[in-house]
Amino acid sequence: MLKTMKGLLALSVSAAAMISASAQAEELRLLTWAGYAPQEVIDQFEQETGITVKVTKSNNEDMISKLRATRGAGYDLVQPSQDRVTGAQKEYRIYKPMDLSQLNAEQFIPSMLAATKTNTTINGDVYSVPHIWGTSGLIAGVSESKNAYSFNDLCSDDYKGKVSYRLKRPTLIGFAFAMGEDPFAAYTDEKKYAEILGKVEQKLIDCKDNVKAYWSGGDALINLLRSGEVTLAMGWDAGGWKLHKETGNINFVPPESGALGWIDTFALPAKGKNDEAAYKWINFVMQPEIAAKITEAAGNFTASAGAEEFVNDELSNSYKISYNQSSLDNIKWYPPVPAGLEIIEGKTLDRIKAAQ
Amino acid sequence: MNGKKLSFYLLLMPLLLTLALLILLPQLDMLGISLRERVSYGVYEFSLLHYQAFFTEPLYWNTFVRTAVMSILATALTLLISFPVAWYIAKIAQGKNKNLMFLACLIPFWVSELVRTYGWMILLRESGVISGFLQWAGLADAPVEMLYNDITVMTGLVYTSMLFMVVPLVSTLEGMDDSLVEAAYDLGGNHFTVLRTVIVPYAVPGIVSGCIVVFMLTLGNYLTPTLLGGKDSLWFTEQIFTQFITRFNWEQGAAFGVLLLCLSSLIVWLGLKLSKQSFKQAMTSDA
Repeated sequence: MLKTMKGLLALSVSAAAMISASAQAEELRLLTWAGYAPQEVIDQFEQETGITVKVTKSNNEDMISKLRATRGAGYDLVQPSQDRVTGAQKEYRIYKPMDLSQLNAEQFIPSMLAATKTNTTINGDVYSVPHIWGTSGLIAGVSESKNAYSFNDLCSDDYKGKVSYRLKRPTLIGFAFAMGEDPFAAYTDEKKYAEILGKVEQKLIDCKDNVKAYWSGGDALINLLRSGEVTLAMGWDAGGWKLHKETGNINFVPPESGALGWIDTFALPAKGKNDEAAYKWINFVMQPEIAAKITEAAGNFTASAGAEEFVNDELSNSYKISYNQSSLDNIKWYPPVPAGLEIIEGKTLDRIKAAQ
Repeated sequence: MNGKKLSFYLLLMPLLLTLALLILLPQLDMLGISLRERVSYGVYEFSLLHYQAFFTEPLYWNTFVRTAVMSILATALTLLISFPVAWYIAKIAQGKNKNLMFLACLIPFWVSELVRTYGWMILLRESGVISGFLQWAGLADAPVEMLYNDITVMTGLVYTSMLFMVVPLVSTLEGMDDSLVEAAYDLGGNHFTVLRTVIVPYAVPGIVSGCIVVFMLTLGNYLTPTLLGGKDSLWFTEQIFTQFITRFNWEQGAAFGVLLLCLSSLIVWLGLKLSKQSFKQAMTSDA
């Protein structure tokens, strides 16, 4: 009996030793969006640095919720959108300030780096740097008879039962702009903002019959559009371009009131264990050649200076079909969301969902 | 303390620890979270605000009533469909057939609920299998959308919970002496009276325990109503998920969680009272 006990003990000790040995191999736990860390890039990074990358795919709300639950532990690098960094940081303290001296600043497009730094600074500390940017607008079966689209078309009888959008804040904001309001200007004025949302709520409830289904992930939306079950949707540019490549007639269209522009960033979770690897990863993926590979996987352009030269023509063409200079200038970039607004938006979204 | 007593408590420890650490503690923590209100960045104070919101905002209250009513309906439907199935397995099928039938009920549960639900979506969607077949057979001249309504949700829920009704029913019915049924017929009963006065009363413990399990599973289901219900799905668990994950409103979500626990327990208690069963009897019937 005693002998077996000893044997078991020895076995468990050696097992523990093995586990700790494997933990010593360096690891970067990355919480990001689908497509932002293609396997090819991960393999190359592992080869060059010896650091293993563990990727978890996520979205803005999920990232904040995951980090909030662990008070910022479990990951070494996350990629929230820049408008969602300061609010979440003030509220839940889930990030730590970035040490910008660890980064190759010249790899970033200067104007984007400056904008993200300004938008994510609290008490002089910078909490994130830009990585990938893109826009939300409409994805439609493009026909010659119609050359201007508006978010209001989602409520038009022409698309009855053939419409899809997300039941999330971008939809509310897009409709507010289409109705001639400026929700971003009202960010600081809760009362005014609630008033605008009230109008949007009424409109979305009135035309709920138009909606086929609310989509929740990019792939689900692409499926709905590809099968023809949905012919007009609010969605991301990359999804529209992907469909354009496949079908030739479905494409991304910036609406008249302006597409909504977002920048996804890099931020360090408060209890991340391997900041060094995180900085290495950022510097690695911001190299123009690597950034171009990510652009090809994700469909969106990066904040890496000079990466566009390496992106294949097909992708840069689809981008040019959708955008001209004036629609580019008309992009509405999300400013940081003050805390508290999300509660109002939440109630609005709940009521739209519940309306019969 | 003598050795016997010590070993008794030591053996009891794992159970007590599991109950306390994995069930009691998280529930108490939930209760704690639900009783506070966010005042400013990271500052909270005690408040009943979130319980108040549930009762004053018709939206949440209606969602709960809708979820409860649909769950009760789904439970009743599951019972209606499962009873003949269970009767056949327990009394009519013999030997190998019996095992095969049981297996047939079990096999769908070898894949995850998500995959099963997607299976239904492939069948029922506008560009899906059934719609395609109807058009091919000339029964429909345009694609038919069968997803995203309450009937689809109900189908999915019944499908998901069938097994949990069949198993307790089969084990109760198997224990029934066939001569009871024969005697009832000999005494001049027709099919209906035999079912009503002999079989069902005998099977009540199985029915009650099956119903409790199915009701709780349905009420707490998240995937099926959300995926099959689409834009009108409105399920209470979905509300809880939304509050926690997309609204960052843990306080409201926790309050909903506590309310769901209390209200569903109340419904089960009422059900037991109405069927004059004790909880203990119902839960041990299929052992």
